[in-house]
Amino acid sequence: MRFAFNSDQQMLRDTVRDVLRRECEPEVVRRVWEGRWEQADRVWRTLAQTGVIGSAASEEAGGMGLDAVDLVLPLEEAGYAALPGPFAETMAVGVPLLEALGGDEHKSRWLRGAVAGELKIVVVFEEDSIAPHAPVVDLVIAQRNGAGYCIPASELRMSEERSVDRSRALARIGFSPNDRYLMRTDVDSQPVFALARERAIVASAALLIGLSRRMLDMTVQYAKDRVQFGQPIGAQQAVKHRLADGLIEQEFARPLVYRAAWSLATRQPDLRCAGSMAKLYAGEAAKFVAKQALQVHGAIGYTTECDLHMWMKRVWALSGANGDATYHRRRVGEHIL
Amino acid sequence: MDLEFNEQERAFRTECRAWLEAHVPRSPLPSGDTREGFAEHLRWERQLFDAGWAAVSWPEQYGGRAASLVEWLIFEEEYHRAGAPSRVTQNGIFLLAPTLFEFGTDEQKDRILRSMARGDVTWGQAWSEPNAGSDLASLRSTARRVDGGWRLSGQKTWSTRAAFCDMAYGPFRSDPGQTRHRGLTYFMFPLHADGVTVRGVDRLDGDEGFAEIFLEDVFVSDRDVIGEVGRGWEVAMATTSSERGLSLRSPGRFMAVATKLIELYRRYQSSCDPAIRDQVVRAWMDAEAYRWFTFQTVTRMMHGEAIGSASSMNKVFWSDMDVRTHETALEIIGALQELDEGSASAIDRGQWMKGFEFALAGPIYAGTNEIQRNIIAERVLGLPRR
Repeated sequence: MRFAFNSDQQMLRDTVRDVLRRECEPEVVRRVWEGRWEQADRVWRTLAQTGVIGSAASEEAGGMGLDAVDLVLPLEEAGYAALPGPFAETMAVGVPLLEALGGDEHKSRWLRGAVAGELKIVVVFEEDSIAPHAPVVDLVIAQRNGAGYCIPASELRMSEERSVDRSRALARIGFSPNDRYLMRTDVDSQPVFALARERAIVASAALLIGLSRRMLDMTVQYAKDRVQFGQPIGAQQAVKHRLADGLIEQEFARPLVYRAAWSLATRQPDLRCAGSMAKLYAGEAAKFVAKQALQVHGAIGYTTECDLHMWMKRVWALSGANGDATYHRRRVGEHIL
Repeated sequence: MDLEFNEQERAFRTECRAWLEAHVPRSPLPSGDTREGFAEHLRWERQLFDAGWAAVSWPEQYGGRAASLVEWLIFEEEYHRAGAPSRVTQNGIFLLAPTLFEFGTDEQKDRILRSMARGDVTWGQAWSEPNAGSDLASLRSTARRVDGGWRLSGQKTWSTRAAFCDMAYGPFRSDPGQTRHRGLTYFMFPLHADGVTVRGVDRLDGDEGFAEIFLEDVFVSDRDVIGEVGRGWEVAMATTSSERGLSLRSPGRFMAVATKLIELYRRYQSSCDPAIRDQVVRAWMDAEAYRWFTFQTVTRMMHGEAIGSASSMNKVFWSDMDVRTHETALEIIGALQELDEGSASAIDRGQWMKGFEFALAGPIYAGTNEIQRNIIAERVLGLPRR
């Protein structure tokens, strides 16, 4: 039993953290909110240069063969920065799925670029009605009637939807399932998609932990700076206790997320249950922290001038994505009852 | 990261389980927080000691097995899973012993640890005073220097099981010229000596689990001072991180309660409000969260990291969880929840109500949860003290 990350994993986290700290300031997220992706795309290119985006691909495919445990800390950092775009979807879900299920033609056409981080990918599962990021990706991998399809985004029919988080582009998608798009049929695609789904669940849990940490950091800073009645509001017990409770929820969710990543990487028999607990606790913690953060910020937190709202809205979006609380509670219930 | 138990850890678990299955009393002992129950529990403690299970993480010279922290957690999981008796030696083994390992002399460790683990000498904690609860630093009990030792005077209270114990430990003001955290010294003292009066106090759950201790010029020799004279606060604080952290309430305890809750739910499922199901699932998940949080903490400790104020997070989490879990059980039991221990129709011998009453103490003892939240806010998050 050793519940800790190794030095390579910490180094990868630091690399991603440094890039995001330098290049993905809140201003960059704000630009994306206004529909301007140039700076966010620059962040994406820098991340691609580090190799992290294609890192889950095998070494033969040019990746690093990283597993869910290796990816969980970089994802947490992406959440911390509220990095816009399908980073988790491409890195943790799309690239491994393309490698596992892509036909020879798909792979020769797309895999190299995907591993190099030149492509943005999103996977749309059977049960998803809305495709996140579809309007900004290059490639959509869709599961339809049990089969996998790999479709260039330009060939999709799309009707855009609007997220409360304006940095998350959404659409309903449609396509004519033809053989050109059809992925491998010589393997059963069901378990491959099922595994991809679990990857997506754990990845969103990791993003939520990062989002929560950032909101807490912002709020602690605000509580130290904001003076009322002649003292920082953070000296008030009522404020302290809200933030202490937020930290507790976050810190008890966090090991569940790491443990789910490990269960996934090592294909534990209870990986679905572990993933559901991770997503549920990370989502609930992040929503709880968002509420405390807003209350402590007061009126300024209730404006779009304050950065906080971009983090809160990402939390509200992600806490329902890849299975909402009801879905995950049910999955855990089925496992234990 | 490797969240599987290694071969040695698995073998340790097998050994624990086999011994417990062969030795745990078939029918539960009377509560260890009553006089007759205490005596029966001590016989069990001796059995544990003789087989080397009383304090597995201690060095072998004191009767332990030099088990790693992970193995200790495994022992605890197995202990609670087996439904073994509650530990009446707890305030010694889990609260005083860690202090002795950190601050005690070799003479003290040799003299005290084995007899503590064997249950020959039992220990109560004497910290709180009538006017020093959350604000422990305002304590007024005094230690006066005399030839070869000290004279202790004052009043201590809420000392768990002190009505039945032999010895107690706690901070006293040894320098009347100093205030608050300075000028305190940490003492061990006898409860049957001249000048000591112990009065049992019935707790909320009806057991005489508490006691008040009155001290009038009680002599204590120099060899019963722990740590330096005047540094009692530091010694006391070293104990709090064990008390709030994992040693007082290991995850095994809550996993066992969650498992029992699931069994209870299965029995009464058909008559339950459907919303109860989610609460049962939550209780189980909370116990899991605490378990994984603890394995993470223990890995840090095994790498030499100090946990410090973060142990306050444990305290709030497990105590709130314990109350919620028992509330859920009482909701399942419904109308029969009022049937107390000894009532013929009580479900599960009335243990859920008893457990609920005991759980309600959790957010209060070992530093109230309000104090813990202050500590978390100030020392972990870095918010200003005032």
